[in-house]
Amino acid sequence: MHDVRSASREPLLQAVGIVKRYGDFLANDDIDLDVFPGEIHALLGENGAGKSTLVKIMYGLIQPSAGELRWLGRTVVLDGPSEARSLGIGMVFQHFSLFENLTVAENVALGLSAAESFTSISKRLQETAEAYGLPLEPRREVWRLSVGERQRIEIVRALMQNPKLLILDEPTAVLTPQEADQLFVVLNRLKEEGRAILYISHKLEEVKRLCDTATILRGGKKIATCDPRRETAASLARMMVGGQVGEVRVSSRAFSQPRIVVRNLSLSPADDHGTRLDDISFEVRGGEIFGIAGVAGNGQDELFAALSGERASLTSPTIVIDGKPAGRLGVNARRRMGAAFVAEERLGHCTAPRMKLSENALLTGHAASGMVSRGFVVKRAMLAIVDRATESFDVRKARRDPEAMSLSGGNLQKFVVGREILRDPGVLVVAQPTWGVDAGAAATIRQALVDLAAHGTAVLVISQDLDELFEIADRIAVMFRGRLSAPLGAAGVTREKLGLLMGGAGAEPEKPEASRAVGA
Amino acid sequence: MQLVLERRAERSNFATIASPLAAIALTLVTTAVLFAILGKNPFVGLEVYFLDPLTDPYSLGEILVKATPLVMIAVGLSFCYIANIWNIGAEGQFLIGAVAGSWLAVRTNGTDAGPWVLPAMLVLGTLGGALYGLIPAICKVRFGASEILTSLMLVYVANFGMDYLVRGPWRDPHGLNFPTTADFDPVATVPVLIDGTRVHAGVLIALLVVILASVVLGRTLMGFEMRLVGAAPKAARFSGFSTDRLVLVTFAVSGALAGLAGIIEVAGPVGHLQPDISPGYGFTAIIVAFLGRLNPIGILIAGLFLALTFIGGENAEIMIKVPLDLTKVIQGILLFYVLACDSMIVYRARLLHTAQKAAHADA
Repeated sequence: MHDVRSASREPLLQAVGIVKRYGDFLANDDIDLDVFPGEIHALLGENGAGKSTLVKIMYGLIQPSAGELRWLGRTVVLDGPSEARSLGIGMVFQHFSLFENLTVAENVALGLSAAESFTSISKRLQETAEAYGLPLEPRREVWRLSVGERQRIEIVRALMQNPKLLILDEPTAVLTPQEADQLFVVLNRLKEEGRAILYISHKLEEVKRLCDTATILRGGKKIATCDPRRETAASLARMMVGGQVGEVRVSSRAFSQPRIVVRNLSLSPADDHGTRLDDISFEVRGGEIFGIAGVAGNGQDELFAALSGERASLTSPTIVIDGKPAGRLGVNARRRMGAAFVAEERLGHCTAPRMKLSENALLTGHAASGMVSRGFVVKRAMLAIVDRATESFDVRKARRDPEAMSLSGGNLQKFVVGREILRDPGVLVVAQPTWGVDAGAAATIRQALVDLAAHGTAVLVISQDLDELFEIADRIAVMFRGRLSAPLGAAGVTREKLGLLMGGAGAEPEKPEASRAVGA
Repeated sequence: MQLVLERRAERSNFATIASPLAAIALTLVTTAVLFAILGKNPFVGLEVYFLDPLTDPYSLGEILVKATPLVMIAVGLSFCYIANIWNIGAEGQFLIGAVAGSWLAVRTNGTDAGPWVLPAMLVLGTLGGALYGLIPAICKVRFGASEILTSLMLVYVANFGMDYLVRGPWRDPHGLNFPTTADFDPVATVPVLIDGTRVHAGVLIALLVVILASVVLGRTLMGFEMRLVGAAPKAARFSGFSTDRLVLVTFAVSGALAGLAGIIEVAGPVGHLQPDISPGYGFTAIIVAFLGRLNPIGILIAGLFLALTFIGGENAEIMIKVPLDLTKVIQGILLFYVLACDSMIVYRARLLHTAQKAAHADA
C-alpha cells in the first residue's frame, strides 16, 4: 500500500474508515479514500467489491455503519443526495434515471431546483452542452436517443450544478470505443478546470489511459492506492482478483454445416420503445462461435426473443435449425430440436429467483431432458443436473439445492450456462454470458463455450463486451438500430472498425456486401 | 430503539410453519380482548368459542360438515393464487354449481329415476362452476379485464340468478310460498356417513381433493407451471408456459371445485335449493387458502379451524349472548394476522439500538 501523491495538497473529499454492514455481510470494510482536486481517481474492483456501496455513501444515498466523510477537511454527514449536491458533489449513475416520454430539457429541469424558469434551464442546458462539446437537442424526446446521448443528458445535468467532484459509475459500459474517447476528452477538460472525478470501472486499459490515481477494492476492503500508469494491466488485475486469471485455451476447430440459419428476419417490436428488427440474415456453422456486438438497446433483446421463440409469430423459413424451419415454433419446440438458450438476465428470466436450483433445472429442461414422465416431474433427474453442473462448472453454493438468488452472480451464471451445455445442444444462443461476473467465473464460462464449439455445436454469443468477443469468437457482426452488419473474421478486424459499426458508421453502404458474405 | 425488517437470504422453513401458528395465537389474544370489551369473561368466551365444539360428537361432526366446502373451495383458489391469478368469485361459482346440479334434482323430483341421478348432479355442478369460472378468465385473456373485479361482480349475478329460480320457476308448489325447491329425492341426496350427525360422503370427496391437489402441486409439471408463473412470469415465458392458458386452466379448476362444493352442500346438509345455502363459504375460503399457506394439507387444517369459528360462533351466541357477527370479526382479524405474519417468512425483524439506526436508515 503506497500513496503516490504528495501529502501537502488538501484532499477535496476524504472517506475515513468507512464501514457498511448489511446484516452479517460487510459491503465496505474500513475503507480510506482521498480524492484531490484536479485528479481523475479510479475506483477499481470486480462486481461485488463494494465500489457502488462506497460511492452511494459519498453521494448521501446510504449512510455508513461506521466511519466518516470529510469535505475540505471538515467532517460532514450527508443525509441525502441533495446535501451532497449542495456541497458540490455530482453523480452520473450506471442506470440512467430519465423519463422516456419527456424531452431532454424537461428531464434536466426535473432534476434541478424549481426556482429556475424552464426557458432559463433550456438556455443553460444548451450553453453547457456546447461548452463541453456534448451535443444535445433540448427538445428531443429521450426515447429517440441512443444510450450515449442519454448519458450526455446525465453528465450535462450534473455539470449544470457546477460540481467540484463528479462521480461516474461505469460510464463506458454502454458506449462504443469512439464514444468513450469523446467522453475522455470531456473528463480531461473537467480535470483541467480543477474538478475532481471519481471514476468507477473494471476496465483496466481505460483506467491506465485516463486516471491519475487508482484505488483498488476487493471483497469490501481497500487493497491499494496506486498510480495506474505505473502498473501493468496484469498487475492491476492481480490486485482486483487476488490471484492469476486463467487464459482461455482456444482450440483450432473445423466448421461443419450451418446449424442455425436466419434469413431476412424482420420483426416489429412488442412495445413502443422496443427496436424493430430489420432484415437480419446470418448463419452459424457447427464448431463456430459467432459473436454479435453492439451497444445495448440496438435490437439485441428482440433478436434473442426471436431466436429463442419467446416471440414466435414469424414466417416459418426465417429461422432454420439443423435444416428444419423453426420460425413459428415456440421455445420448447426449438429446445426439442437441439437448441439451447441463455438469456441476459440471470435472475427473473433465466431463473426464478426464489426457486431451488433443481426447479430451475426443470425450467429449461422439462421439454427435452427426461425430467418429466407422464406429467410427473422426476426429482432425481433434476437433482442430477444440479450435481453435474456443480461439478463440471465449479458452482459454489452453501447447500446441495439452494434457492437461485442465494448464489453469487458468477456462480449462478455458471449454473445457467452449465445447465444448457449439459443438454449437449446442437445450437446455443447466449446473451451477455459473463456480464457482471467475476473474472474467474468469466474464464470458466468462456472456456466452456469454446469447448462446446469444439464439440461441434454452433454457438451464438450476443455481447457488449468486445474483449470477450475477440477472445472467443470466430466471426463478429455488429447490431445497430435493428440491423446486423456483415460478419467479419475476428482475426482480421480491428477494435476501431467494430467501434465505427457500433456507432452506425458504414453500415449502409455495406448492405449488398452483407448478403453476399452471409451466403459464403 | 427501532425495529427494522431485513430480507432473509433464503425463505425460512421454520417461519413457514410458525407464521400461521403465530397468527392463530395472536387472533386468540385479540379475541380475548374483544370478549373483555363486550363485558364477558375472556376465558369463558374462548372456551365456548374454541374448546366446547371439540368436546361433543355432534359439534365435531358439524365442524367436518362446514369444513368440507371451505377446504374444497380453498384448494381450488390456492391453484389460482399460487399462479398470481386472483379469483375472488368462488362464492358465485359455488352458487352456480349448486344451481346446475339442482336442475337435475328438480327435473327428476318425484320420478323413479335411478341411482345415476346423484353422480350426474355432481358432474353438472362441477361443470357449472367451471364454466362460470371461465367467464372472468376469458374476459381477462381476451380483453385484459381485471379478473378481481369481474369474478367478484359475477358473485352478485349468481346470487340474484339463483334467487330468481327458487322464487320463480323452481319453487316448490307445496312449499307454502317459501323460496325453496322441493326436498331432493333420496337418489339425489349425498348419503350420510355417521348416523346421528350430518357428516356426509362429501367429507371423503374433500379429502380426495386434498390428496390429488398435493400430488398435482408437488409432483407434476402442471404444479411447477403454476408456481413458476406466480413466482417469475418472465422466466415462465422462457420456460415455454403461457400465462393465458394458465388463467383459463386455474379458473376452470377453481370454479369446478367451488361448483362441486356447491352441489354437495345442497344435495347433502341442506337437502334442497334455497337462497341462503352459503354463509359466505366462497369468501371465507380465501382466508382458508392463505392461512393454509396455499398448501393442500395446510388448507385442510385451516379449513377445520375456520369451521370451528363458525360452530363456536353459534355456540357463543346461545351460551354467552354475543352477536353472531363476532365470527366475521374474528375471521377478519385472523386474515390480518396471517398476512402480517407472512412477512416473517421472507423478512426477519431486528431491534436496532440508536447507534446502529443511522446505518440502516436507507439500507
